[in-house]
Amino acid sequence: MLTMQEIMETINMVQEEKLDIRTITMGISLRDCCDPDPKKAGQKIYDKITRLAENLVPVGEDIAREFGIPIVNKRISVTPISLVGDCAHTEDYVVFAKAMDRAAEEVGVNFIGGFSALVHKGMTGGDTKLIQSIPRALAETERVCASVNVATTKAGINMDAVYLMGKVIRETAEKTRERDGLGCAKLVTFANVPEDNPFMAGAFHGVGEPESVINVGVSGPGVVSRAVSRVKESDFGTLAETIKKTAFKITRMGELVGRSAASRLGLPFGIVDISLAPTPAVGDSVAEILESMGLERCGTHGTTAALALLNDAVKKGGAMASSYVGGLSGAFIPVSEDAGMIRAVEEGALDLNKLEAMTCVCSVGLDMIAVPGDTSAETLAAIIADEAAIGVINQKTTAVRIIPAPGKEVGERVEYGGLLGSAPVMQVHRFSSADFVRRGGRIPAPVHSLSN
Amino acid sequence: MPKSLTKEKKNRVIVTVLGPDKVGIIAGVAQILSNNKVNILDISQTILQEFLAMVLIADMEASEIDLLTLKQELNTLGQEIGVRIDAQHEDAFSYMHRI
Repeated sequence: MLTMQEIMETINMVQEEKLDIRTITMGISLRDCCDPDPKKAGQKIYDKITRLAENLVPVGEDIAREFGIPIVNKRISVTPISLVGDCAHTEDYVVFAKAMDRAAEEVGVNFIGGFSALVHKGMTGGDTKLIQSIPRALAETERVCASVNVATTKAGINMDAVYLMGKVIRETAEKTRERDGLGCAKLVTFANVPEDNPFMAGAFHGVGEPESVINVGVSGPGVVSRAVSRVKESDFGTLAETIKKTAFKITRMGELVGRSAASRLGLPFGIVDISLAPTPAVGDSVAEILESMGLERCGTHGTTAALALLNDAVKKGGAMASSYVGGLSGAFIPVSEDAGMIRAVEEGALDLNKLEAMTCVCSVGLDMIAVPGDTSAETLAAIIADEAAIGVINQKTTAVRIIPAPGKEVGERVEYGGLLGSAPVMQVHRFSSADFVRRGGRIPAPVHSLSN
Repeated sequence: MPKSLTKEKKNRVIVTVLGPDKVGIIAGVAQILSNNKVNILDISQTILQEFLAMVLIADMEASEIDLLTLKQELNTLGQEIGVRIDAQHEDAFSYMHRI
């Protein structure tokens, strides 16, 4: 029998400490939706998504009520559209994005991921067309998210694709100028992208995945932060142990919700992604956890070590709680979505260089960062190249989601509202990286026998 | 897949009451449960400062309503008397604290 303390602990986590299931994401294969006629392909995409995901939202809402735990988002990820569109006779892939958007609206999900291409070693015709369609696709749809994988540890870094993404990001910002470059908040450039990530904007349904699957992303920075502040005076062993136990409990909820959703929808259960995903709400911040560990502000010396400890303890606890942990699984550090991060930037404690260092020890990368609107495509590409290099050399996922905020300068803010939050515009280096980026070609894959 | 995860299976629920202590809270909750043929298995309560925290474990096996309807009735009662009353499936707790 459960004890009163255990029951109250669970209730407290949900009511006071903002524990939630961040997302139930249904992965759907669209590999059978190819058609030489782009309109027919679009129709097949719409039909398949609306048929399979029809009950996703009501099932999610039922589970949330029965277990008494909020499920914040219900979302869909699909096969990278570059694969589905490859055989269609068209230069313009926006038609597929619009089909995804309509389907997402019909079934009631707020984001759908998979307007994606994997180009870490080179680009096919379909990949090129997809990437060139990204700015318009993101400007002309509400719910579609795009991602491009430009590097892997096995293949190296496709610098042609990196440079192209620099240009695509600028163009996307320009096309969504009147909304502070919102399109860029739905565009992720990856290295070593996972195929089963349930979190937006980088979710897609990988080619090794089944026909359809349920993946779950848990959250709960607030719960971890409270637990950490309860062991203020203790040593690092106790601190790590506390985080580990908390992560275990959070992940168990994810496992329960994921298995229930999969069972009710008649689908296989894929993975729990044990990432700590912050929201702009006060008390739901990863920066706050780091500060509860004893740092005056997130970004000061010691931040990377604190984040490394946090990330590892979360993984250890999570891995014990679920047999199928996957996706990104770590701590997210999106600046605009984390009240503590925003404060740290505004007070001058946190800059791009420190954020880059932090991405070496956590998932996922430079996330939701606003930079001045006049930042060049070459500089954006160089920022992506740096992140990709960290991922490739350290055999981990890294990503860049950066917004060159049109018409804005350092010190100003961009406002997106909702889960995307608001971001202070951050300083980039004023020295050029253009000649480096313009070389073109591919940075070779690293040697891993001489590991230092 | 444990059977308790499927929707059809009616199962044990945990009813929690949190709020300022008042006359008749337990009576009200028990009345709703009894009206719906929900069997009370265990009750424990404690007063934290001036607040009442009550936990009640009940079996819905013989009940004719589903958990969501019961939850609504309890929520309504809670609003009437000014406390927070919730009902959650037992799995939400046992999954977190037991392997």
